[in-house]
Amino acid sequence: MNDARKSILDRLRLAQCSDSAFVKCDDQNDPVDPVLGPDERIDSFIDRMRAVRTEVHDAPHDSWLDILHGVCQARSLSNLLVSPHTRRGAMIYAAARRFPALKDYSQTIEDWKPELFAAVDAAVTSAYGGIAETGTVILWPDAHEPRAMSLVPPIHIVLLEKSRIYNSLTEAMQIQNWTLTGMPSNVILVSGPSKSADIEQTMTYGVHGPKELIVILV
Amino acid sequence: MNNRVVSEKPQAVYFYGTCLIDLFYPQAGISAIELLRREGVSVIYPQSQTCCGQPAWNSGYRDEALAVARAQLALFPQPIPLVIPSASCAGMMKMHYPALFRDQSDEATALNVAGRVYELTAFLVDVLDIRLIDLGDPISVVVHTSCSARRELGVGDKLHTLLRQLHNVAILEPENSAECCGFGGTFAVKQPEISAAMALEKAAAVRATDAQRLVSQDCGCLMNIGGVMEKQDQVMPGRHIAELLWERTKN
Amino acid sequence: MSTEFRSNVAHALKRDAVQTHLKTVVDRLRAHRQGALGNDAAFERLRNRCEAIRADAIRRLPDLLQQFESKAQRNGIQVHWAETTLQANQIVLDIMQRHRATFLVKGKSMVSEEMGVNTFLQSHGIGCLETDLGEFIVQLAGEKPAHIIVPAIHKNRREVAHLIHRHFPGLPYSEDIETLAQSVRHFMRDKFRSAPVGLTGVNFMVAETGTLCLVENEGNGRMCSTLPPVHIAVTGIEKVIARLEDLPPLLNLLTRSATGQPVTAYVNMINSPRRPGDKDGPDEVHLILLDNGRSRIAGDPELLETLHCIRCGACINHCPVYRQIGGHAYGTVIPGPIGAILEPQKQGLDAAAGELPQASTLCGACAEVCPVRIPIPAIINRLRWESVRKNRQSQNSRPVVPGAGSGRKSLEALIWKIWAWCCTHPRMYNRMTKLATRLRNRLPADMGAWTAVRKAPKPAQSTLHERLRKMDIDHE
Repeated sequence: MNDARKSILDRLRLAQCSDSAFVKCDDQNDPVDPVLGPDERIDSFIDRMRAVRTEVHDAPHDSWLDILHGVCQARSLSNLLVSPHTRRGAMIYAAARRFPALKDYSQTIEDWKPELFAAVDAAVTSAYGGIAETGTVILWPDAHEPRAMSLVPPIHIVLLEKSRIYNSLTEAMQIQNWTLTGMPSNVILVSGPSKSADIEQTMTYGVHGPKELIVILV
Repeated sequence: MNNRVVSEKPQAVYFYGTCLIDLFYPQAGISAIELLRREGVSVIYPQSQTCCGQPAWNSGYRDEALAVARAQLALFPQPIPLVIPSASCAGMMKMHYPALFRDQSDEATALNVAGRVYELTAFLVDVLDIRLIDLGDPISVVVHTSCSARRELGVGDKLHTLLRQLHNVAILEPENSAECCGFGGTFAVKQPEISAAMALEKAAAVRATDAQRLVSQDCGCLMNIGGVMEKQDQVMPGRHIAELLWERTKN
Repeated sequence: MSTEFRSNVAHALKRDAVQTHLKTVVDRLRAHRQGALGNDAAFERLRNRCEAIRADAIRRLPDLLQQFESKAQRNGIQVHWAETTLQANQIVLDIMQRHRATFLVKGKSMVSEEMGVNTFLQSHGIGCLETDLGEFIVQLAGEKPAHIIVPAIHKNRREVAHLIHRHFPGLPYSEDIETLAQSVRHFMRDKFRSAPVGLTGVNFMVAETGTLCLVENEGNGRMCSTLPPVHIAVTGIEKVIARLEDLPPLLNLLTRSATGQPVTAYVNMINSPRRPGDKDGPDEVHLILLDNGRSRIAGDPELLETLHCIRCGACINHCPVYRQIGGHAYGTVIPGPIGAILEPQKQGLDAAAGELPQASTLCGACAEVCPVRIPIPAIINRLRWESVRKNRQSQNSRPVVPGAGSGRKSLEALIWKIWAWCCTHPRMYNRMTKLATRLRNRLPADMGAWTAVRKAPKPAQSTLHERLRKMDIDHE
């Protein structure tokens, strides 16, 4: 459809000649986003995440494995999808006896779609960052922790390092330098479990994505 | 919002009565003039005034709107405020004359007039800083703030500022008070079914307050809401704010 | 007098139960937004910023589209351009046929509604399954969305329960919203797993990075864009923004304006198809850029603000007319105030949608809540003028709105002429108003539509002009 492309762009270029309204905004660089201290950031993150029905555990010291263990036990999970190739994933595998059967997303999705859909109870992924202002985890899927891990299993457990909680999405983008370092195929911002208010504007959870979102701060 | 352009109390103002008040609610116009005069402001009422042109402007008949608006422009040569007892008509002159007269030879005059326009309640509050003493019996009034006052001119609060000075007046708000009453000028003619549905709902909300009077700064709304209540034999006299203020404060 | 719109309205207003339900939900949406505004000054600053972002993007539309295209292509996204909805549908069909795909799963997309892609593909033997809960309900009912954010806004839980029960008789009847949603989840899972193609809309395209950004709560959009081997995204050319840093303020404003949420469950940023080493994600990502009149709208300095819209639906939720008649009465893909200005510009003032600029009292509620401050009442006013204007040729060689002048009726025009003549001849005006006051008791009580629910207004005993002549004031 190169003809379409050309005529659309031609029309738009012609339109540009006319004196179009341009709003100049002096607020462009105003600090619209709140700036919080490290502890406040964590508090805000926890409050906001809980407000969107996320279970948040603030793991003291090195207790995150215990907390993860508790989360699995409380739900009687029979298996857990987690990568052995991440630092914390390796630690989970090292303590495999404490956990339900560990599964690795080692093949492409085509090779195990039915199992992924039918036989995975929960998945654990790391987070690339967190956002205090909105209560959001930033997911940065890669070969070890592919996109579907945070989407298909009914329970999604996220391990987030407290030091990676930013004030705002803007700040996360700037500090992590998303534009220059380049993003993966898909970046996902998650704020709570899947939900819908499509019937009578009444909120219900777990519509298509995970029914539960659990964040463990490490 | 304080949108006064004059720095001190003017000695004289032009008064623009509006066609609706001229024909249907002259007492509102008289009351407004009396209030102004009591504040020591002399009032000039150009007898050649007719209509601001809004009905045609809102209907897309810009040539006709322009002709009518142009006939009004000439009536206000002195550099004094122009007070209008209707937010809708004041909105037309203040907010829409600049667009209507864009690129016309008399654009400058139109801008000049637009800059001098005041809606009555805003003028009483912001410019005259009027003080009222309530001489009336206790009464409850339900307030309908017109959309033009609320959203176009941002002077919706002036009506309350004035009413709060009247100690024997209890102010009531209808449910969903910010919702339009469904008048909309020619809208009521072009889309009568929707207009009727909106008017019925507004009238029901107004009636549900059990107030003794309905008050607004726009007679279009009063005619619409009042018309519904009359048809249903509901007795709740509608009053333009000027009329109520004058009624209750005159000696 | 009875137009398509008028008869739609009459039908809508007769359905008391639907109307009552609609008002309840609309009022709920308004309350949600009100609760989410927070600090006024900060919210206004955010609006300023977003207004500027959108204005800048539309001003630089061709440059940004080209920048976006080259970035997206470099990332491996296949970019297609379509001037018309037919072309866009044809592109979808070609992709489907190339993959021998017989059905697709769809995420919520108003542009796909604009294309009518479901009907088009069905006529070629290809099935489209709506996966958004609200859209699925509407599809089951054989209807169109009644709202751009809440497609099934007009249905209460009982109607939804009956629908689900009729289509899935195996399931026990339930009016519980959670149970209903879980039934749909269960049904959809198989479809997501097996679908060869997923189709979604796009909320923002980022020119700087070539990113497609999708905002949603349910996760079906992620499913449609992650699991099938082919993802087709469709969007209007106006959805582009310049920089990645423009995205956070827009997301913030969009979700709060739409449903009063501070944030949606998911923001899905798609940069490329599956890359070497990735274990999932579609092998192909296609983006179809639809014009369908938008580039013409961009040519008019006043009308182009229509393109600033970020489709939050706030104007719809706050429109007193929408609140009475609902979305279907508009007869267009996009209802409410934004639909009333957008659809006539796209379809022409001589089409059925040409009447929509009349569906407004000009109360200004839409402009008051529009996050990017589109002057909707001013554009309505402009379109009313375009509709009845005499000279169909544009001034300054600007493109005219299609169908300009088609609404001009000679009787109405004559009435306005006479009115203008009276109002420019004060003596005649005074004679007429005086006459009306003298005949006040003999005027007809039946004034057509006005007196259907109201008493006819009665002129006063004498006009203000007359009364003031007797007072000692200056008349100049």
